[in-house]
Parts: sequence; structure tokens; C-alpha cells
Amino acid sequence: MTFASIIIQLLNGLAAAASLFLVSAGLSLIFGVTRIVNFAHGSLYMLGLYGAYSLIEALGRTPLGFWTSVVLAALAVGLVGVLIEVLVLRRIYRAPELFQLLATFAVVLVIKDIALFTWGAEDLVGPRAPGLSMAVEILGRRIPAYDLLLIAIGPVVLLVMWLLLTRTRWGALVRAATQDREMVGALGVDQARLFTSVFFVGSVLAGLGGALQIPREPANLELDLSVIADAFVVTVVGGLGSIGGAFLAAVLIGVAKAFCIGVGTVHWFSADIVFSKLTLVVEFLIMAIVLVVRPFGLLGKPQAAQRLAADPAPPLTVPSWTFVLVGLALLLAVPIVADRYVTILLTDIFCFALFATSLHFIMGPAGMVSFGHAAYFGLGAYAAGLLLKRAGLPMEAALVLAPLVAGAFAVVYGWFCVRLSGVYLAMLTLAFAQISWSIVFQWDSFTGGSNGVFGVWPAAWLAGKTTYYYLALAFCGAGIALLWRVLFSPFGFALRAGRDSPLRAEAIGIDLRACQWIAFVLVGALAGLAGAVYAFSKGSISPSAISIAQSTDGLIMVLLGGVETLTGPLAGAAIFPWLRDEVARRTEFWRAVMGGVILAIVLLFPQGLVGGLKALSQRWREERA
Amino acid sequence: MLFVKDLHAFYGRAHILHGVSLEASAGEVVALLGRNGAGKSTVMKTIMGLVSAAKGEVTFDGRRIERLQPYRIARLGLGYVPEDRRIFTELSVMENLAVGLQPPRTGAPSWTEDKLFALFPNLATMRERPGGRMSGGEQQMLTIARTLMGNPRCVLLDEPSEGLAPIIVEQMARSIHALKGEGLCVLLCEQNLQFSQAVADRAYIIEKGQIRFGGSMAELSADASLREQYLSV
Repeated sequence: MTFASIIIQLLNGLAAAASLFLVSAGLSLIFGVTRIVNFAHGSLYMLGLYGAYSLIEALGRTPLGFWTSVVLAALAVGLVGVLIEVLVLRRIYRAPELFQLLATFAVVLVIKDIALFTWGAEDLVGPRAPGLSMAVEILGRRIPAYDLLLIAIGPVVLLVMWLLLTRTRWGALVRAATQDREMVGALGVDQARLFTSVFFVGSVLAGLGGALQIPREPANLELDLSVIADAFVVTVVGGLGSIGGAFLAAVLIGVAKAFCIGVGTVHWFSADIVFSKLTLVVEFLIMAIVLVVRPFGLLGKPQAAQRLAADPAPPLTVPSWTFVLVGLALLLAVPIVADRYVTILLTDIFCFALFATSLHFIMGPAGMVSFGHAAYFGLGAYAAGLLLKRAGLPMEAALVLAPLVAGAFAVVYGWFCVRLSGVYLAMLTLAFAQISWSIVFQWDSFTGGSNGVFGVWPAAWLAGKTTYYYLALAFCGAGIALLWRVLFSPFGFALRAGRDSPLRAEAIGIDLRACQWIAFVLVGALAGLAGAVYAFSKGSISPSAISIAQSTDGLIMVLLGGVETLTGPLAGAAIFPWLRDEVARRTEFWRAVMGGVILAIVLLFPQGLVGGLKALSQRWREERA
Repeated sequence: MLFVKDLHAFYGRAHILHGVSLEASAGEVVALLGRNGAGKSTVMKTIMGLVSAAKGEVTFDGRRIERLQPYRIARLGLGYVPEDRRIFTELSVMENLAVGLQPPRTGAPSWTEDKLFALFPNLATMRERPGGRMSGGEQQMLTIARTLMGNPRCVLLDEPSEGLAPIIVEQMARSIHALKGEGLCVLLCEQNLQFSQAVADRAYIIEKGQIRFGGSMAELSADASLREQYLSV
């Protein structure tokens, strides 16, 4: 690389970093004060982009029209943020973290469909910035003038935020509430209004980040999740709650990605390495390295223990033998009495049930929340498919080996993950899932890229739908039984002890990290088994099996059913896919409907469906007594 | 000014307060005494709305407040100084005071930074110092000053003498006298009997979530068996 091209890549990276910084700064600010990881922050960015597009169409493609539109779009997004805070989040500030996360994810679904309804499914390409569409020549290369403006906007916003936080009473309140919001309330500060104002500012930043991108990228419906994944990485690398850290991280990641694209293909050791395809990997590698070296991010601080922690989880109860045997008998009878559709649907549900149960194991009893559990499901599925198609193994061998492959990945990923806890752990799991996804997605020649793998059918003697139904029941049922059994073994008790009080668990001689690592590998392998069974049932695998959406599906299943019960994940796994099928068949806007259902459940049944039913029946019994 | 009647409170399922009743008037310093874990701090947190009252009444200035959110209670002029001080460690002294700021109210002394620095001279020398880099005594003064910025009519002081050097405790006693002189109503929790005797007009003794004694400080000082039974360690 020449000096000139290095400078050019640097400028490219800095321009890309601007919007990334804005959206991450908003996310970080909101997290700092409210302790809510706002999954919908990417959606607010997307709304900013769409809003700016429509406003520019209405106000005209003049410099005045353009800049008025950008500002108005950002402010409008700020109001959307206020609406979300007042209608949804205000009701669940005391709920467990995961419920807040689920609620914001429901908002993602609703906003996506509102955008689909308002702007349609086509990408919308906005205009260049009027008056700034020319290019500036730097070291013999042409750089768009608008990019130079973006490079300047980042530090300007950083300065404004810094002044706001350190030179105003509002800033003092925000920083005070970040440390101890209960005390701030006891001093007479209305937390609700403070939180709403923080949400407004954070949302304006996201909206501005989106609106400023209008000359650079088309508005489209996929932005919400891709932006939130990027913003998660930036906030975590920078340190949650640190605006300066977000800036540093945005620049670091923006520049690293720009260099990857700039380097292009390199010939090393008789192999072509296509760096431009490694941008996602690089981003998440930076995150993994930073989190291992500095677990709280570049400029972050250890999280203060929450004063209003949710009540400790109640002890788990063992499902009764009657329940298990009756359930099993009914499932065994299904293919005899029900039609083909039910059999196939139930086969899917078995896979989801094992997937959800393994996720529940790690996030409930083991206390390690995973945002990226689909990694192991997807890796298991791909391992099954690739062992069959590329390695030419028989199907039976592929099915048995696939969970081991997923488990092997869990050994590596888990080594990093058990070093962190809380939100940072969740983010790191997401990062590993995203690395796996990007490798699978971009390695066309081996994994089939975006098309996936086809023709992954079971061996002839297992190919019948009824036979495969029993196979799925046996494998997934055994997996679930194993996980339940482990929970009530000394190892399971050690995990729960470590969740409830890590220090005391260590003090009585439990090697907590080792236990968590083993648990991580166990659930990874079993999620991989679920993926392998699923792959052979569908006959094909696509990268969506590793996607963020698949991970959140798992979270929704577990939380729907209730994280405090063992049977909850099963109920969630049964209801969620069925519900989604039913709704999707009736309306194009099924996501909004699902989002509405999730919100209703979160607001009405904060313990999940099974948990809520249990509470109801207990109240009924107490009233009769 | 402050009336508490038959107050019950729970932490989860644990029943902590079993019908606590007490009162405090303007210009009066009342001590709530008891051993560790007797429920002193919980009384204060429940009055302040930080722990919800399961049963009972709290009346402040003629208004029932047991169902109000903490910030509403604070805005009525009831100040709370927590036991563990809970200084905002990242914020400077001036910023900590700014967080406590509320508009002046009639019938209560009006505090400014300068007036507070006169009351706690140590703070005046460290206006820009972050709360996290102050000594325990300085933090204790800051947390009281922060609450006074809200111009309260009544303050709840949770163990103001805890963990302080004797000379600072003396200074703290003078400050509490000054608050009384301003006409404030002061309710303080203490394990330190000497300190309470130095500042309080009346005293209550709490044990296992119940009030065992209520009367003047002189009465308590005269009754050695009472002190022996409920306060000695």
C-alpha cells in the first residue's frame, strides 16, 4: 500500500465511523442511565434514514430542504423514542433485564412492519447532498466532499455531548442516575422524566446517524438488525455508557473495515485471502480481543451492582413423572391419529424445544445470557450438511458427529465467554454468532454462501416423515432429558450457586469458570444436535440458521414460556413457531402482530406464560384455602 | 410534622417492620435507637417510599405519603440522608449539590452552596473534587449538604456518626444543632448513644421491627435497665 492509499482508506474509515458513532453514542447513553439494552436502536436509525428520504422528497432537493429534512427526521425519531419509552419501557424498568430486551426486540418487529407499510419493500435511494455532491482531490484521489463533512460531524457531536454531560445540570443528573438512580429519585428528581429525556436525546442521535447516511446508502428494511449489531460492537468495545469510548471504537472499527476493503485480495502462502470479505470478521475479532484484554471496553468501567436487582430466581421444580409420561404417550400417538402437516410441524417443534431448552439451561440456571445461541444450532446444522455433502459421510455418522463439531466451536467461543458476565457476556456471544454467520455467508465455495446447502436428506430407512418424527422425538427428547438431569446433579447445583453468588460459590471450592465452560460446551453440543436434526428434516440449510433472528427466536421462546420454569421453554418452543405460522399465513404484516403479542405478554405476564399460569393457580389456591 | 402509624414493611417475604409508630415535630431532633438489624434503616426507607409500606400510615405536613413515589415525597420537603452516604462518585462536590437542588419552599430554610459551605467548611475547599476521592467524613458532610440543597422541612439522617473520627462526630453534632436552630425537624437513626444524647430531644427504641420505648432523652438516660436490655451489645 502506498502512503496516499493509506490516507484515503483512513478518510473512508473516518467517514463511515461518523454514523456508527452517533447511533452507538445514543445506545450507550440510554444504557448508562436506564440499564436497558435497546435492541430497537437500529430501528430508530432506519427510521431516520427513511424519514430523511421522505422529507427531502417533500421539501425539495435544495441545500435548505436537505438539511432541514435531516434535522427534522432526527427530531421526529427522537419523538418515536419518547413514545417507546413512555408506552413500553416505563412499565418494565423493574423487570428482569431479559424482559426489557425482549420488549425492545418486539419494538424492532413493529417498527420494521410500519416501515414496510409506509415505504414498501424496495430499497429507496436518496439524493446526494445538494451543494456537496462534488469531490475534493486529496493526494491525487477524489474524496466526496460530503464524506469530509461527516468526518467533521463526529467530533462536533462528541464535543456537544461532552458539554451537555459535564456543563449542565441535566448532564449531572444523567451521570448521577447512571451510578445510583434510586438515590437520584430520593433527592426529588423525577426519574421518569429524566429517563424520557435521555431516551429522546439517544433517539435523536440514532435518527441523525441514519438521516446523515441518506446520500451514502439506500434506505432498506434490513438496516435495523445490521446496524444494531454494529452498534453493539462499538458500544462494547468502547465501554458501555462511555460516549468517548464509543467515538474511539467507532473510529477503530470504521478504519479497520475500510482498510479491509482497501486491501482487497492478497496472495499469501499460495492462498488468496479476500480481505474485503472479512470486514464483519475483523469487526467482531476486534471486539473479542478488546473484551478479553479489557473486559469493560476501552474506556468503560466495571458495572456498578444494581441496587434494585430483581428477586432471586426461585428453586426449580422437577416436572412430575406423570406429566412427562403422559406428554410422551401423547407425542408417540400423534403420527397415528394426526395428519402429515401436524407430524412435520411437531418435528420442527422438537428441534426448537431442544434448542430452547439448551438456551434456557445456559441463561437460566447457569446465569449466562446468550444473544448468539443460534451459532451452535447453525453450526450443528452446517456440520451435518457439510459432513454429508462434502466429506461424503453416511447420514447417520453426520448426525452423530454434528453436535461434536458444534461442541468444539463452543469450546473455543466458551473459553472467551466465561471470562465475562452480564451484558458484556451477552454481547460477546452475539459477536461469536455473527463471526460464524459471516464466515458461513461469505465462504461460497465451501458453505454455499447465501444459498446454503441443499439435498441434506436423511438415509433412506429414516426418510419417511413418520420415521423421522420418531427419530427427532428420540434425539431431542434425550437431549432435553439429559439437560434436566444435569440440572439436578451436583454440577447443576454448582452452576446455580455460581449464578446466585459467584464469590460464595468460589469460596466453597467451586471452580466456577470451569463449570461454566463445561456448561457452555454441553449446551453448544445439544443446540448443535437440534440444528442437525432440523437440517435433515428440512433437507436444506441456509445461513439464516445462524442469524441474529434465529438467536432472538430462541430467546423469545424461552422468555415466552418463562425462564424460571423447566417446562417453560417447551411451551415457548411449541407456541412460538405455531403462532408465527398462523399469523404469517393471514397477514403480510405478521412481524407487527408478533411484536404486539410479545409486548402484550411482557407487559401482562412478566414471568412468561408458564410462570404466569403458575402464579395464577397459586393465587387461586391461596384464595380457596 | 411527621407521623408514622402502625407501619409494616417486607423485604421479599421477610416481615421487617411490625407496626412501627412514631412522630417528630418541627424544631425537634428525634433519635431512633436500636441494635444492628433492628429495622432502623428500614423505617427510614419506608417513610421515604424506597421500601413500599405493606400496611400503615405515614403523614407528612398533613399529607398522607405512604403511597407516593420517593421523588414526590422529596419534593414535599422531606429530605433523606442514606446510611452508606451514596455520594455520586463521578460527580464533583458542586455537581453532587446540583443534583439535590430543588426550588425554595415557604416555611423551610433556604440553602445555597455558600450557606452550606459555612455549615461544612471542609467542603468549601474541595468544590471540584470528585465525590469518590473524598474521605468518609467529607462524604458524610456532602451527603447531608446534598439533601439540604432540596430545602427540606424535615430530614431523615441514617446513622450520621457511623464510621467517623471523634472530631468529625463532634462537628456533625454541631451541624445537627444548627439544623434544629433553623427550625428543621430531624429524625435520626443511631447506634451511638452518646452522640444521640448530645443532639436529640426525644428518643425511640426499636427492636425486631417494633417500637419498645418512646420518651424524652432524659428519661432514657435515667433508665439504665432499658439501655441494657435494648441497646448494649
